[in-house]
Amino acid sequence: MFSFIARRVGLLIPTFFGITLLTFALIRMIPGDPVEVMMGERRVDPEMHAQAMERLGLNKPLYEQYFDYIGKLAHGDLGESLRTRESVWTEFSALFPATLELSMAALLFAGILGLLAGVIAALKRGSLFDHGVMGISLAGYSMPIFWWGLILIMFFSVTLGWTPVSGRIDLLYDIEPRTGFMLIDTLLSDEPEAFWDALHHMILPAIVLGTIPLAVIARMTRSSMLEVLREDYIRTARAKGLSPARVVFVHGLRNALIPVLTVVGLQVGTLLAGAVLTETIFSWPGIGKWLIEAIGARDYPVVQNGILLIACLVILVNFVVDILYGFANPRIRHQR
Amino acid sequence: MKRLPLRTALAVALLSTAVSVSAKNLVVCTEASPEGFDIVQYTTAVTADASAETVLNRLVDFAPGTTDVEPALAERWDISPDGLEYTFYLRPGVKFHSTDYFKPTRTLNADDVLWSFQRQLDPNHPWHKLSLVGYPYFESMGFKDLLKSVDKVDDMTVKITLNHAESPFLRDIAMPFNSIYSAEYADQLLKAGKTAELNSKPIGTGPFIFVRYNKDAQVRFKANPDYFRGKPPSDVLIFAVTTDSNVRLQKLKANECQIALYPKPDEVKNIRKDPNLKVDELAALMTSYIAMNSSHKYLSDVRVRKAIDMAFDKQTYLNTVHGEGNALVAINPYPPTMLGFNKDMQSPPRDLDKARALLKEAGVPEGTVLTLFTRNGGGPTNPNPMLGAQLLQSDLQKIGIKLDIRVMEWGEMLKRAKSGEHDLVSTGWGGDNGDPDNFLTPLLSCEAAKNGENYARWCSKDFEALITRARNITEPEQRAALYEQAQVIFHQDQPWINVVHPMLFTAMRKNVEGYILSPLTNNNFATTRVK
Repeated sequence: MFSFIARRVGLLIPTFFGITLLTFALIRMIPGDPVEVMMGERRVDPEMHAQAMERLGLNKPLYEQYFDYIGKLAHGDLGESLRTRESVWTEFSALFPATLELSMAALLFAGILGLLAGVIAALKRGSLFDHGVMGISLAGYSMPIFWWGLILIMFFSVTLGWTPVSGRIDLLYDIEPRTGFMLIDTLLSDEPEAFWDALHHMILPAIVLGTIPLAVIARMTRSSMLEVLREDYIRTARAKGLSPARVVFVHGLRNALIPVLTVVGLQVGTLLAGAVLTETIFSWPGIGKWLIEAIGARDYPVVQNGILLIACLVILVNFVVDILYGFANPRIRHQR
Repeated sequence: MKRLPLRTALAVALLSTAVSVSAKNLVVCTEASPEGFDIVQYTTAVTADASAETVLNRLVDFAPGTTDVEPALAERWDISPDGLEYTFYLRPGVKFHSTDYFKPTRTLNADDVLWSFQRQLDPNHPWHKLSLVGYPYFESMGFKDLLKSVDKVDDMTVKITLNHAESPFLRDIAMPFNSIYSAEYADQLLKAGKTAELNSKPIGTGPFIFVRYNKDAQVRFKANPDYFRGKPPSDVLIFAVTTDSNVRLQKLKANECQIALYPKPDEVKNIRKDPNLKVDELAALMTSYIAMNSSHKYLSDVRVRKAIDMAFDKQTYLNTVHGEGNALVAINPYPPTMLGFNKDMQSPPRDLDKARALLKEAGVPEGTVLTLFTRNGGGPTNPNPMLGAQLLQSDLQKIGIKLDIRVMEWGEMLKRAKSGEHDLVSTGWGGDNGDPDNFLTPLLSCEAAKNGENYARWCSKDFEALITRARNITEPEQRAALYEQAQVIFHQDQPWINVVHPMLFTAMRKNVEGYILSPLTNNNFATTRVK
């Protein structure tokens, strides 16, 4: 087991350097530098441009800039945003909880509804419900997020007035960000009713972000359940006289969940990608919008380190999953 | 914790929404986040709104809704006959904001003015090098060369000496980059080694006191009870960052904000139909234009430039891209509300036969390909760049020119257009101070042609001489005459297709009063309230 973990850790190092090199190179390949973009159509005084580039260390040869960057990383220094002058870590830690909170809410919504719809569709195979669920999930999978978000806002927020249009909380509440997770911060505040308001604000964005994962989970659960329900052990369970609910949920769903969980894991990427659009529609202050704006402004430290931090998280999750697979399945552990 | 049923939760949330719209709160849906609050380091309007228009003041300000200057921190001023010395007499008793992080011990004096100018001007000033990218507006407006010295005459009098007479100078110092900071607060930060906080915890003399900024979500201010023009009627001002204009509109309809900035022209008609909403509109100091690169083959010939201008159907463009009534067809490089606009100039009538004849005369073969650079996202000067480009493409096809449309990201387009890669580039300009020089020098001077900011790369010695003279004299009538002559030369040489002057819109709830739209696109809420 130790050598298995060591092999996996060994693989992390080149992956990490690969990401730093890729983000460093890609952002510099886009024409325009931070000073030019900030000046826009206004006159860029060549002397001022040269001085600014020197202060930012961008006048050095590229390889030197890269080694400076790696050197700073080695000391845990992620640099500061060229646009806002705030440290990249401060900005990331202020915004990431918002994205994570929204993604988790979307995953919860998609997971519960998707599993339920998938199981019922499998049990009622060929019925109107089954066709309905499959049709709706296909539509959900192909739904343009921006359009879907605006339609929900117009119907639920503007016409019916049931949900707020956007934001994380009503601006009446002046909640001090302590953890960055609004649901937790509101509970820690002196205004407990703010918690319900924050929850209320989360409904539409979570539905919009969770729509595609919901569709995927529902379809995957249905097909996985159909396969499991045909297995011999299910027939045996039924023959033993177990209740239908026990057969379906204990023997059926537990086994059908294995491929579904793999798919749920893969949906984390979809959630982060979808968060960019969802955050824009719902004015949700998360990392998606932050990175897009940083690319537009050629804010090199934010783009490089923001992507690096997200990539590290993904690497970490994958690493943990790899290790868990190794524990669960000795054949994986012994692969060379 | 006790669980509340969903219905109760909804009721609580709805109730809280209702409470939030109390008469003393004003929520403004803004289009982007401010980059920071130390405005001299930035150039964007949204950052100026969150700092210069709320927290800070200048020696003189633009009078609301105009480009005229009015006294602000300076009560009055004298200008020497040669136009080189400006003496400002400061308003006594102006208080800086008192907050958790700064308690002022004195009122505004000449030291604050000196600190604010010297920081940008003097390379040896202890704060000068603390801005990573320098002072972009100060430098791009040529202030480094313009200002000879800024001196303290006495505690309440400051003299600014110029290297050469500059007619728009008073208007220039009303711009956000000449905001006045507290020297006492700066000293406190420098001593504490917290200089970065000037950008995150601003202090000024303005109508609102900064409270908190939650990144990409909201900026909160409270009314300054000691504001020298009187306490603003709104106790709390909140900027709710809402990047999508459609969502801003939905929030306005749901009364989650009472003012929504920059609605798209095609949304304006619907807003007007809503009984709870209203729209303020004003001719903005903006020009949307297509620069023709006169250093390129064919386009160096004025007949070709005139043929292209003559073939373009501007009225159809206006109706399709901006919407009827949402812009004016442009005749000159700057809008008709500004000094020296030449009313005798006319755009030539659309005449495809004459355009074809001109191209033939200039030896342009049928099927010649020209590139047009345009940006991927819309803005106030061009809400739908791709559609506009396609309209021009279709018009030019009729005179035998194939237009190769290159859509690119804004930063990339600027870089490539400044290096002159384009044949045509579709772009726009918003005036900073209401002076014609602010359009003509940065966009059409020979210096700008050399630097690439003059995308037409057009340099006329006669035009240059006229605008330089107009810049150096103060008499408005003489200046106007010179600008009128300059526009004649512009029309003779036709370096641009003048497209439109867009209107500026702000959408708000019917019960909002006291908001004054500015032709300079800045937003000041010192007199705005919800009834």
